[in-house]
Amino acid sequence: MSEMLLMKGNEAMAEAALRAGGEGYFAYPITPQSEVAEYMAREAPKHGTVFLQAESELAAINMLYGAAAAGFKVWTSSSSPGISLMQEGISYIAGAMLPCVIVNVNRGGPGLGTIQPSQGDYFQTVKGGGHGDYRLITLAPSTVQEIVDYMGLAFDLAWKYRNPAMILMDGALGQMMEKVQFKPYTDPGRDISWATRGKSEDRESNFITSLFIKPEEMEQVNLQLQRTYREIEKNEVRYDTYETDDADLVLVAYGLSARIASKVMHILRNKGLKVGLVKPISLWPYPYKVLNELADRVKGFFVMELNAGQMVEDVRLGVNGKKEVGFYGRMGGMIYSPEEVSEKVEAFARKIGM
Amino acid sequence: MGITVSLENMEKIYERPKTLKKAVMHYCPGCGHGVAHRLVMEIVEELGIQENIIGVAPVGCSVFAYYYMDIDMQEAAHGRACAVATGIKRMMPDHYVFTYQGDGDLAAIGTNETIHACNRGENITIVFINNAIYGMTGGQMAPTTLLGQPATTCPMGREQVANGYPIRMSELVAQLPGTIYVERVAVNTPARVRKAKKALTKAFKSQELKKGTSFVEILSNCPSNWKMTPVDSNKWLDENMLPYYPLGLYKDEISGE
Ligand SMILES: Cc1ncc(C[n+]2csc(CCOP(=O)(O)OP(=O)(O)O)c2C)c(N)n1
Ligand code: SF4
Ligand SMILES: [Mg+2]
Repeated sequence: MSEMLLMKGNEAMAEAALRAGGEGYFAYPITPQSEVAEYMAREAPKHGTVFLQAESELAAINMLYGAAAAGFKVWTSSSSPGISLMQEGISYIAGAMLPCVIVNVNRGGPGLGTIQPSQGDYFQTVKGGGHGDYRLITLAPSTVQEIVDYMGLAFDLAWKYRNPAMILMDGALGQMMEKVQFKPYTDPGRDISWATRGKSEDRESNFITSLFIKPEEMEQVNLQLQRTYREIEKNEVRYDTYETDDADLVLVAYGLSARIASKVMHILRNKGLKVGLVKPISLWPYPYKVLNELADRVKGFFVMELNAGQMVEDVRLGVNGKKEVGFYGRMGGMIYSPEEVSEKVEAFARKIGM
Repeated sequence: MGITVSLENMEKIYERPKTLKKAVMHYCPGCGHGVAHRLVMEIVEELGIQENIIGVAPVGCSVFAYYYMDIDMQEAAHGRACAVATGIKRMMPDHYVFTYQGDGDLAAIGTNETIHACNRGENITIVFINNAIYGMTGGQMAPTTLLGQPATTCPMGREQVANGYPIRMSELVAQLPGTIYVERVAVNTPARVRKAKKALTKAFKSQELKKGTSFVEILSNCPSNWKMTPVDSNKWLDENMLPYYPLGLYKDEISGE
């Protein structure tokens, strides 16, 4: 096994991308993830990979489009306002079926908001954001180790399905220091026969576009995208469960909230309440099935998010009315304490007759 | 009853370059886009760089450039061609990379990307088709629309107080230290077409020097949205565009290299 290091989330992310063979990184600085670009400015030249500070997130995402369409393994990172600015490009990238990785280190909004951590961009990430019927493969780490592990995974999934992948995390994860281990990474191999690297004599010209002016063609492209999405939904659902075997009540939380949720779970278990936890890792495709199955044997679900209640809608879709779903959230960069949430969960447990 | 012409004893002196696909262009009759496409593709053939070049198409009438240019191409979002080209060139510094953009694309929605690519001295060629109008969307005012020139969004003619001044991009980018070659040409007469080709050739060849951005502005017509015959539009270009957009070399840091 490789050595154990102590690293800040944002820097570990950059290091992981370099170790996963990321060939180019284009970005514009924004708190709370500017360390990523700073790290890349220092380290990219040593790896012979490209780093460019773009003039805006709009430019960064379009540089990514150009580089990805030329068949390179490229990525960018930003935080909420910057990710909003990238939405046009993300839609084009999805429409043109280009693989790349985009990291959103989520901060509080709306608007310029606050630089403190938030999970307020869940809807934007998994329900759309940009225009048109597209999906982003979305992975949500909850530790610095997971940031590192999911970086390589995000690249691999993006390339396997020729679809953009997003790592959605929050400012706290980006800023915290934790121990981390870089597992050896092997690229599963990438087909770039479709990419624009110069037309050789033996093939037709390659062109990358998301424009299909005839509705008949545009429909076919959409149908192909949808087939890819069904395939991803079949193969790539990821989640962790904790103490759900005997649970009467299941907490559902991702990212930073999942860490707090595990504390909540222990507090309540000590008080005699049988509480378990489901931590979705892939936010799209979403682990609806496990929730639906659990709904047959638990008494209720409780969702905690650092927003006004976004993922809770997916939990309700999974539970499908079989059981009650409670919710508690904080917004604007405020983070709940485990004790604070425990009280809310206890009240909910009483309400559903536990 | 047609006339039968024998091809015997005839010498072929003009034909479609190998780098242009055998496709009928969708451009309106007399439109300068077709001429500009052909010039760029003749240069690709003459320089022998078909295997080594990537083009970026804009959003505008030339959005389908990849249906005609037989090279690897990417279609960029409206205005983002220079950022897309930057991404390509940074990954493949030894390939030729160019953008082909209209005035709305390059000088309105994409001005930021244009200026910063030029200012970084991205080693790309920017082919800028200035037809003083939004062709594709049906003749709305462009940033380059002349004062007094009517467009669907300024039907009484562009008026400075409401709409500001037409923007002179060649003059603007020539100021930036990142550009090494900037020339404004036109394609409304055969002699000017030949001159345009010379400028474009220099611009593309300059990429070999890896010293900065080359920018060729091509004054072109839009008979359909100017609501003129092609012949009248070529005259209108002479009388109205040339005084405001003088042809010529604005920067040359490559000759003698
Ligand atoms: C984001 C966005 N806004 C607006 C449009 C609509 N649109 C398409 S082409 C165009 C203007 C094209 O004009 P120009 O760049 O001058 O090219 P031309 O057609 O004249 O060659 C506009 C406004 C778009 N496609 N995308
Ligand atoms: S609308 Fe104007 S620019 Fe577009 S093809 Fe027709 S003449 Fe050319
Ligand atoms: Mg135009």
